[in-house]
Amino acid sequence: MFKSKYFETFRTTAVILIALVIAFLIIALVSDNPVKTIGIFLFEPLNSKGHIGNVIEMAIPLMFTGLAVSLLFRANMFNLGAEGVFYFSGVVASAIAIHWSLGGFLHPVVAILAGSIVGAILSAIPGILKAKWNANELVTSLMFNNILFGIGLYLLNYQLRDAKAFANVSFKFEKTALLDKIIPGTRIHTGLIFVLALIVLAHFFLYKTKWGYELRMTGANRSFARYSGMKTAKVIILVHLLAGFIAGMGGSVEVLGMYTRFQWTALPGYGLDGALVAMLAKNNPLSVIGSALFLAYIRIGADLMARLSDVPAEMISIIQAVIILLISAEQFLKFWKNRMLLKEAREA
Amino acid sequence: MNGLDSLFNVILTTDFAFSVLRVTTPILFAALGALISNRAGIINIGMEGIMLVSALTGVIVSSYSQNAWVGLLGAVLAGTLIAGLLAFFTLKFKTHIILGGIAINMFASGGTVFILYLLSGDKGSSTSLPSKVLPSLELPLIKDIPVVGQILSGHHVLTYISIISVFVVYYLLNRTSLGLRIRSVGENSHAAQSVGVSVIKIQYTALLLSGFFAGLGGAYMSMGYLSLFTRDMIAGRGWIAIAAESMGRSTTAGTALTSLLFGAADALSNAFQVLKIPAELIATLPYVATVVGLVIYAVSETRKKNRKISAK
Amino acid sequence: METPLLEMRGITKVYPNGVVANRDVNFSLREGEIHALAGENGAGKSTLMKMIFGMEEPSEGEIYIRGEKVRLQSPQDAIDRGIGMVHQHFMLVPSFTVAENMVLGMEPRKGLGIHYAEAIRMTEETARKYNLAVNPKAKVEDLTVGMKQKVEILKALLRGAKILILDEPTAVLTPQETEELFRELQQLKEHGHTIVFISHKLKEVKAICDRITILRGGSSEGVFQTADMSEQEISRLMVGRDVVLKYDKPNVALQEPVLTVQELNVSDRQGNSLLRDVNFTVHGGQIVGIAGVEGNGQRELIEALTGGLQGVSSNGAVQVKGTEIREADILTIRNLGVAYIPEDRMSQGSAAEASISDNLISTRYRSKAMNKGFFLRGSSVMEMATRLIEDFKIRCSGPKQPIGMLSGGNMQKVVVARECSANPQLLIAEQPTRGVDVGAAQLIHQKLLELREKQSAIVLVSADLNEVLEISDCLLVMYEGQIVAYIENPSGMSEEELGLYMLGIKRQDAQQIRRALSHV
Repeated sequence: MFKSKYFETFRTTAVILIALVIAFLIIALVSDNPVKTIGIFLFEPLNSKGHIGNVIEMAIPLMFTGLAVSLLFRANMFNLGAEGVFYFSGVVASAIAIHWSLGGFLHPVVAILAGSIVGAILSAIPGILKAKWNANELVTSLMFNNILFGIGLYLLNYQLRDAKAFANVSFKFEKTALLDKIIPGTRIHTGLIFVLALIVLAHFFLYKTKWGYELRMTGANRSFARYSGMKTAKVIILVHLLAGFIAGMGGSVEVLGMYTRFQWTALPGYGLDGALVAMLAKNNPLSVIGSALFLAYIRIGADLMARLSDVPAEMISIIQAVIILLISAEQFLKFWKNRMLLKEAREA
Repeated sequence: MNGLDSLFNVILTTDFAFSVLRVTTPILFAALGALISNRAGIINIGMEGIMLVSALTGVIVSSYSQNAWVGLLGAVLAGTLIAGLLAFFTLKFKTHIILGGIAINMFASGGTVFILYLLSGDKGSSTSLPSKVLPSLELPLIKDIPVVGQILSGHHVLTYISIISVFVVYYLLNRTSLGLRIRSVGENSHAAQSVGVSVIKIQYTALLLSGFFAGLGGAYMSMGYLSLFTRDMIAGRGWIAIAAESMGRSTTAGTALTSLLFGAADALSNAFQVLKIPAELIATLPYVATVVGLVIYAVSETRKKNRKISAK
Repeated sequence: METPLLEMRGITKVYPNGVVANRDVNFSLREGEIHALAGENGAGKSTLMKMIFGMEEPSEGEIYIRGEKVRLQSPQDAIDRGIGMVHQHFMLVPSFTVAENMVLGMEPRKGLGIHYAEAIRMTEETARKYNLAVNPKAKVEDLTVGMKQKVEILKALLRGAKILILDEPTAVLTPQETEELFRELQQLKEHGHTIVFISHKLKEVKAICDRITILRGGSSEGVFQTADMSEQEISRLMVGRDVVLKYDKPNVALQEPVLTVQELNVSDRQGNSLLRDVNFTVHGGQIVGIAGVEGNGQRELIEALTGGLQGVSSNGAVQVKGTEIREADILTIRNLGVAYIPEDRMSQGSAAEASISDNLISTRYRSKAMNKGFFLRGSSVMEMATRLIEDFKIRCSGPKQPIGMLSGGNMQKVVVARECSANPQLLIAEQPTRGVDVGAAQLIHQKLLELREKQSAIVLVSADLNEVLEISDCLLVMYEGQIVAYIENPSGMSEEELGLYMLGIKRQDAQQIRRALSHV
């Protein structure tokens, strides 16, 4: 029998099913051979080692930003700045990958650390403005996304750009800066190990340490945290630093793991995707793995579908929008929960 | 000095003033939309997405109907519809308004490409669709005045509508019962409720209106500013509009003036290249200005509170 | 007998969280009277009035207007039937003018726009008719509180209100403004309006009301002619003790003073005095009760003891074991061994979505017993949580259950368990048993007494007179920010006498009050 405490799980499942049904409907409307197309969308990502690799490659940046946003949401901070930080840290790491030469494993480590630290600092600004003067962190972080994009693009065009290249891309990274591939036959890189380690660390941090506890309590009820003697302003700044560090590491890892030049001339969108991942994961670090993989899976499914059939991959953004709208809808299926509660109350 | 001279040479031309109005138009429309929904207490960050959908709809409808005005109608209806969707989810299902806005933007950036590809087989632009463009107008009498005529006459019809819209929105917000109710809901929804004003109904209306204006802005982009749809063609104008509304402290005049200022910054980014100041950095100015404005406001609010305390 | 203008029969209101706000209440209004609704905070006055104004619907019972049964589902329904309400927190839009606020929702039109001249004329006409002078063009945010209240009254009158409900209208007024309000209400009465006057200030009730309905604990104590009742009789009905609690209180030798408050003065931002010359001492092993009608300085006193005074103007000394804490932050105060059970368990005392164990450790996760440096000791936390759940008989499925899923009583037990189990030097218990069932209340009382035996100093602030009289070793009564009485061994005291102190009718001389501050 269903219990009301499983309601959230049930709801998440329902949302995903609805989204998939909508995907099928769109395919049925658009495709000449819907059954085959749906088959590709659903199963092609599992069809070869390369495709499975694609899913995992795609999941890596989503895990980074999903984790960063989860921590922010967990502290009840509505900050969507992971997007700009992810991008800008990618630029920073690229600059070091291009202009420095360091031996052995040091090069990527330094580049990634630099990207992460810059990310932490940039992310802290809206945090400090919030903690000190109560400036709305949502608006400042959204504005920061555009500012960081502008500056990053400027750096790409004026400092890093390879004039000889065919497109608007940077010079090639030094070979020493690139992340190693860890599974032959795929492009899965060491970033996967970083992010999984980070997720486990974040889990321990959140549930097993004093600071993690302060973060959770501040998010759950800030005046309760204050009443208990916690310095909530400190907590808010800390979570912004952590989230920026993680998002920044994500951007750095992504450019060094997947590319040989920096080539984003638009915001890559991973920061906002991170919000979706966090929502699906209910802001739990460990669940970020599953929800990032799910999102990556349907995206790769859509990519393959676009390549192998007549339905364009952009369908996926419609599906994502549906998931966001429904998963954050408090009232969606609420009547069902109320009915369960009533039933349980009667039985009790 | 030479650079500065040539900069002034660019700025002080009637062409420049003309182009300021031209680039301000879409920002102004969206900012007015953002203004209306913000005054009702709901922040609609889906402006970018709504404009994008409207821009595409305008192109599609006008090319199938072979009538630019029908295309405009389609664009505006599409914008209103998307805003209605957002309103339905946020007001009925209690989806978080910001996440709802993100969903709208996500939906629009992929969804428009999806539809474009289905209809034209192209993912980049709508060149293969024979879409129509709304006309530009020569203003009788004014066009013959030197300088002024060159700046004010010959604009796209939606540019004039955007300027008229400033007055319409001002009248709407400050002189009509709907405006009074919108403002009361935004400022103290309990007060509105206690005299029988339906808060939900007012917020629905405000969101629909914000979609309506964003729709006009979108239509301008693909049926005026350009004569076709290209992917992600709004290019941050929706965000600049939200910034303009915020910088304008949610007043009609402030919003209109800030939109004009940001439009000028946009037009200037070309002029500034003479000075070797890169366009990428100029493009961040509206956002920097907004953050600075926001911080100044937040600091002064904090100070005001502290002063009250220390006053006794 | 004539049909009452408005009648409520057998009204019971149960909120979804299980709180019973009204139980089988009858209430009726005669046309043209001023009817007082009196009772302590939490007695159910506001809920009852919200049901008349359509903001809440009764769970059981019926409402009749002029003998006709009605259902009031929204404020609009109530307005349509000639009911108006002046809320305690004004329902005005600050940036609007008086006229705009007046016509909101019923704007006169001219063409597409609002007919502003007409709005101003309507405002002026109503103002003149009821002799309530306002400036229609003034912005509401610039008005004084008394003026705002006038606008609220006019708003209701403009909408054709014949029944006017005023929720604690004098709480925010100066004495002069109060007098003016009373004159205005008399005039309205002469115009044939019926007024419900919610208050717990009995002088005022006596001054202008014809009849009075008294609520206590959600139930009605009856309807009376105010002229037939003395203030003492009313207050006895408002605060009277039903069940006399009896506890075995072993004698505990007084220890060293833990808390010393000397010459404490606090004033608000406008310079109004909130606390005046407060002096008292609390020793280890002693429970000092603080009684008073709400809003007489208890809140500010608690803030002074718990780090809530930062940013407010105050002077004097508040010391815990010799350390000054008046302007200290919360962590410093807690580190001195001060525990605090806050009045509001939902907004301050707990984090609803967090687990019971998380809620239990919020004030001691910093202690060595709970962490090894940076890391929490998970097993110690669980052990402690399990032990406290057992000790305090918290009914739950386990330490991991979110506290928000518990009943009010069990939630409060978690808060009390957290604060009491750390063996504090000083415990401040604010309304520790408000809104909880009898069983939970008894358990909480037992725990307070146990703590007393363990030689903690306890300050108990409560509106439940039964509780303060029975549990406390000595009692301070507060009135208008001052201590007006110091009573040792208060359990034998009659509530009538206590009522006299609480209402400011009687006060001890300075010498007697001074005894509260013992110099050891």
